[in-house]
Formats: sequence, C-alpha cells, structure tokens
Amino acid sequence: MSQIFHHSTNTLSRFSIFGGAFLAAGGLWLMLEITRSPYVTNAGVAKEQPVPFSHAHHVADVGIDCRYCHTSVEKSATAGIPPTRTCMNCHTQIWAQSPMLEPVRESLRTDKSIEWVKVNDLPDFVYFNHSAHVNKGVGCTTCHGRVDKMPLMWQEKSLQMEWCLDCHRAPEKYVRPKGEVFNVAWEAPKNQLEEGRKLVKEYKIRTRTSCSTCHR
Amino acid sequence: MRRLGLLCVLVVLGAACRQDMHDQPRYKALAKSDFYPDDRSARPLVAGTVARGWLRDDDALYKGRNGQELVTTFPFPITSEVMARGQQRFQIYCTPCHGRLGNGEGMVVQRGFKKPTSFHIDRLRDAPPGYFFDVMTNGFGAMSDYASQVPVEDRWAIVAYVKALQLSQHASVDDVPETKRASLDAHESPSEQDHE
Ligand code: HEC
Ligand code: HEC
Ligand code: HEC
Ligand code: HEC
Ligand code: HEC
Ligand code: HEC
Repeated sequence: MSQIFHHSTNTLSRFSIFGGAFLAAGGLWLMLEITRSPYVTNAGVAKEQPVPFSHAHHVADVGIDCRYCHTSVEKSATAGIPPTRTCMNCHTQIWAQSPMLEPVRESLRTDKSIEWVKVNDLPDFVYFNHSAHVNKGVGCTTCHGRVDKMPLMWQEKSLQMEWCLDCHRAPEKYVRPKGEVFNVAWEAPKNQLEEGRKLVKEYKIRTRTSCSTCHR
Repeated sequence: MRRLGLLCVLVVLGAACRQDMHDQPRYKALAKSDFYPDDRSARPLVAGTVARGWLRDDDALYKGRNGQELVTTFPFPITSEVMARGQQRFQIYCTPCHGRLGNGEGMVVQRGFKKPTSFHIDRLRDAPPGYFFDVMTNGFGAMSDYASQVPVEDRWAIVAYVKALQLSQHASVDDVPETKRASLDAHESPSEQDHE
C-alpha cells in the first residue's frame, strides 16, 4: 500500500500545531488592541459642535474657571453644560455681531436649546459621579486631559473599565491637593506616590473596586 | 477548528448585542427628549408651584431686603470659612470682569466688555451688603444676574469678601496691628495669596 501522505507532512503538521497556537494568540491580541484603539473608544477624536466653542480661548486665554460654566461639578453627579444665558453674560457685547455666534443668539431669541454633541459618553449601565471625584482630589485634567489646549473638545481617555479600575485600585498614583483640582496646568510632583499616599490618608479615600460601585 | 469558528461567530454576535444596554430607554442629564415639544428632558417647574424645601419666605436672606429697604447686616454670621469661600467664589464668577482687586480691569473687559465701576469709590464703600446681594440677584445695567450660577449662601459670602476687599484697598499701614507689620514686607502682596 502506497503512502497517502508524503514525508514532508510530518513537519508540516508539527509546524501547523505550533503555528496555530501563535495564530490564535496573535488574533486575540489583535482583538484586544482593536477594542482599546481610538477606532472603538473614540478617544482623541475632536467633535464638531453647532458653535465652534473653544476651551483653549475661554480657559487659557481669557482665564475663566471651569465652575463659571460647569456649575454643578462640585455638588452633583453631572458637571452640567452651561445654558445659553451663561454665554450671553459676555457675548451681549463681545463678538456680539459675529456669525459664529448666531446659533447662540438664535437660541436666546427662540428659547430653543443649543444641541451640543456629547463628547464623553459612558454606557448607561455605568454609574459615574463627578462630585465624588472632584471633592477627593481627582483633577479635571486627570480624566479630561489639557482642555485648555483643545480648540474643539475631544475625549482624552478610553473611558473603559480597565481605565477606571487602574485608578480605583491605586488612587495614590493620581490624587492631587484639593486646591489644585481645577488647575489645568498642575503636574504630578516627582514623588507623586509618596505625596499621593499622604493625600489618600488625609482625604480618607478607599480603594473602590467592588462591582456595585459603578454598576448599580 | 469548527469549534474555534463557532466561537468566533459567537463573539461577533455577542459584540453586536452591546448597544441595547449601552443606550437604555431613559434620559441622561440634559439629554434631548423626543416626547416634549421643546425637546428638553430637563423640565421647568410647573407655574405656581414650589418645590419641597424651596419655599423662600425669608426676605432678608433671599432678597437682601427688609420690606423695601436693603439690609445693612448679613443674614448669618461671617466666619473665616465663609470669607475664604467668598474669596474663592468671587474669583470664579466675578474676576473675569471686575478683576482680582475689584478695580474693573478683568480679562473680559480687556477684550472689549463695558468697564464696570471700581468697587473702591466712596459710593460703593458706603453701599450696604444688601446692595451687592441685590446686584448679583437681579443684575445691574450691562451686567446680567448671577442668581442661577451662584447659590444664595455663596452670594452672601461674596458680599462679605467684597466688603473685605474694599477695606483692604482703602487701608494704611496704621490699620495693621504692630505685631503683624513685619509680615507685610515678607509677602509680595497679601491679595496674591490663595486660600483655596
Ligand atoms: C465659558 C464656558 C466654559 C468654561 C469656562 C469651561 N467650559 Fe467646558 N464646556 C463648555 C461648553 C459650552 C461645552 C459643550 C461643547 C463642547 O463639548 O465643547 C463644554 C464641554 C466640556 C467637556 C466635554 C463634555 C462632553 O460632552 O463630554 C468637558 C470635559 C469640559 N467642558 C471640561 C471643562 C473643564 C475641565 C474646564 C475648566 C478647565 C471647562 N470645561 C471650562 C463651556 C465651558
Ligand atoms: C466670561 C465671559 C465669556 C463667557 C461666559 C463666554 N465667552 Fe465666548 N468669548 C469670550 C471672550 C473674551 C472671547 C474672545 C476671545 C479672544 O479674543 O481670544 C470669546 C470668544 C468666543 C468665540 C469666538 C471664537 C473664539 O473661539 O475665540 C465663540 C464662538 C464663543 N466665544 C462662544 C461662546 C459660547 C458658546 C459660550 C457659552 C457656552 C461663551 N462663548 C461664553 C468671553 C466669554
Ligand atoms: C474621574 C474622572 C473624571 C474627572 C476627575 C472629571 N470628569 Fe468630567 N467626565 C468624566 C466622565 C467619565 C464623563 C462622562 C459621563 C457620562 O457619560 O455619564 C464626564 C463628563 C463630563 C462633562 C459632560 C457633562 C456631564 O456631566 O456628563 C463635563 C462638562 C465634564 N465632565 C467636566 C468636568 C470638569 C469641569 C471636571 C473637573 C472639575 C471633570 N469633568 C472632572 C470623567 C471625569
Ligand atoms: C484618577 C482616578 C480615578 C479615575 C480615573 C476614576 N475614579 Fe472613580 N473614584 C476615584 C476616587 C479617589 C474616588 C473616591 C473614593 C472614596 O471616596 O473612597 C472614586 C469614587 C468613585 C465612585 C463612588 C461614588 C460614591 O460616592 O459612591 C464611583 C461610582 C466611581 N468612582 C466611578 C468611576 C468610574 C465609572 C470611572 C471610570 C469611567 C472612574 N470612577 C474613574 C478615583 C478615580
Ligand atoms: C470603577 C468602576 C467600575 C467597577 C468597579 C466595575 N466596572 Fe464594569 N464597567 C465599568 C465601565 C466604565 C464599563 C464600560 C466600559 C466600556 O464602555 O467599554 C464597564 C463595563 C462592564 C461590562 C460590560 C462590558 C462590555 O463590553 O459590554 C461588564 C460585564 C462589567 N463591566 C462587569 C463588571 C464586574 C463583574 C465588576 C466587578 C468585578 C465590575 N464590572 C466593576 C466600570 C466599572
Ligand atoms: C461679564 C462681566 C461681569 C461679571 C462676570 C460680573 N460683573 Fe458686575 N458689573 C459688570 C458691569 C459691566 C457693570 C456695570 C454695569 C453698568 O454700569 O451698566 C457691573 C456692575 C456691578 C456692580 C454695581 C456697581 C455700581 O456701580 O453700582 C456690582 C456691585 C457688581 N457688578 C458686582 C459683581 C459681582 C459680585 C460679580 C460676581 C458674582 C460680578 N459683578 C460679575 C460686569 C460684570
């Protein structure tokens, strides 16, 4: 009886078992990389808005504090988007004729809200709370990046569960003194871990990793 | 191999189910509504009603007035915490126009907004606390009101800080206690200090 398979199939089959394992691992790695990439998370993609509102101009050049516009960030779950009236505190006189601001003036005239496009959007099954973070020394820029350098807003971080947990497991890597929370130019000191541990103790921060913290 | 193929199909199908739970049929804060004619999910108060805990019958506290008269005292004691809060809130909501010193040289004024009167003139030094509260609550000329941005207690804290600012900008070395004078030279300027 003649051989069905040639000799070379021996090596070939050994090789393909080995190769298959690599192929599977490689495929898995690729999938994980894709789920973490901006293609899926939208991180770093600037969003078009009905009015080209620039944080770079208002925060960095004019020096307006976040809380002037995001008034509820210290006391509630949401930071809040300013109503049209807040813009008109200044824009009754500044750039008052500019076509760029026509949607704002129209909104005031017609009492229709400006429809801002949501940039950071967690899935609805996740509970998030701004006040819980801001009042414990987690700064805006830790999660939102240097908004004072954004002509249009984009999402800075992946907002994935592993990102939240990275900090919840070891908050000392990121916490800063409460007075610096709104300071966009704050940079972590060289001995952040040491300083961070002190602050974690002082602010009585616990490591919150149980599922019901965020899924409730 | 067939098992692996099946797994792949399952993973792909599983991923496709995600959106249902991502976008549940409920409103996030300030989300657009398809139900109400004005498209807003945040509903205004029904006319003629008062939300629980929002009855505002204390005129001195909520209007800065006793009858028609502006109040000349504060509705609650001013502690150093209130003062620090006032400084912080002033620097958030008022400095863009009035400047850190209250002299009307804020950044927005430098970009073309009408220049407000300096707080450091006799008329405003003599104005009672109720006057400042009233301006913040109802607006004044070209300045819009800050009633929706600054809660009542914070408005009073700001008044306290503005009053202190007026004193500090109208003081001489003699007003500083003997023992504290040395520290005047030590600091560049006391108003630069951050109490946050
Ligand atoms: C003059 C008003 C104003 C100030 C001051 C301001 N913002 Fe905003 N912010 C807005 C408006 C309007 C939007 C909505 C449009 C947009 O996304 O750009 C917004 C959007 C955002 C968003 C994205 C919201 C989303 O859809 O996910 C973040 C994050 C944010 N601001 C952070 C900050 C931080 C941090 C500061 C302070 C350093 C700040 N803002 C100061 C007006 C302001
Ligand atoms: C506290 C005052 C203030 C408020 C509140 C404010 N702005 Fe401005 N805005 C300014 C100033 C000052 C400039 C001019 C900036 C410059 O010259 O660099 C400006 C410029 C602009 C411009 C012109 C283009 C640009 O980016 O410079 C747009 C558009 C604009 N603002 C939109 C808005 C909107 C929308 C809001 C409400 C969410 C708002 N502003 C609230 C002070 C304000
Ligand atoms: C721990 C991370 C974290 C910190 C710190 C943080 N944010 Fe956010 N922010 C988020 C996330 C996550 C969302 C998206 C929330 C959602 O989709 O429900 C968000 C959303 C927002 C929005 C959109 C409106 C809203 O409330 O959903 C604004 C505006 C905003 N943040 C401003 C700020 C400002 C200003 C600060 C600093 C005072 C700040 N954030 C600090 C994570 C953070
Ligand atoms: C940079 C650090 C950091 C990041 C990133 C972060 N958190 Fe937190 N989170 C904290 C700290 C610190 C606390 C306060 C813990 C305490 O008070 O003991 C906290 C508390 C919370 C709480 C508890 C609120 C309460 O009062 O019960 C929730 C919910 C929460 N975080 C959700 C999230 C979610 C969801 C994300 C990701 C989208 C996230 N956090 C990202 C640092 C962080
Ligand atoms: C610090 C906050 C936080 C904690 C604690 C947390 N999660 Fe999550 N979880 C998130 C966020 C944020 C997302 C959304 C991730 C995304 O959009 O990709 C998420 C998503 C998920 C998803 C859906 C994944 C998907 O792709 O649809 C599951 C399942 C889940 N979490 C299970 C858990 C379990 C089980 C625990 C406890 C061991 C837990 N989570 C603890 C924040 C948290
Ligand atoms: C957008 C710029 C702007 C901001 C922000 C602002 N103001 Fe004013 N304010 C003005 C202008 C302009 C005037 C003068 C109005 C006029 O004469 O038509 C004024 C007038 C006043 C006056 C009356 C002065 C007088 O002559 O009797 C007081 C008091 C005052 N502001 C207090 C405040 C306080 C307190 C805050 C912070 C909560 C504040 N303002 C925030 C622009 C501003």
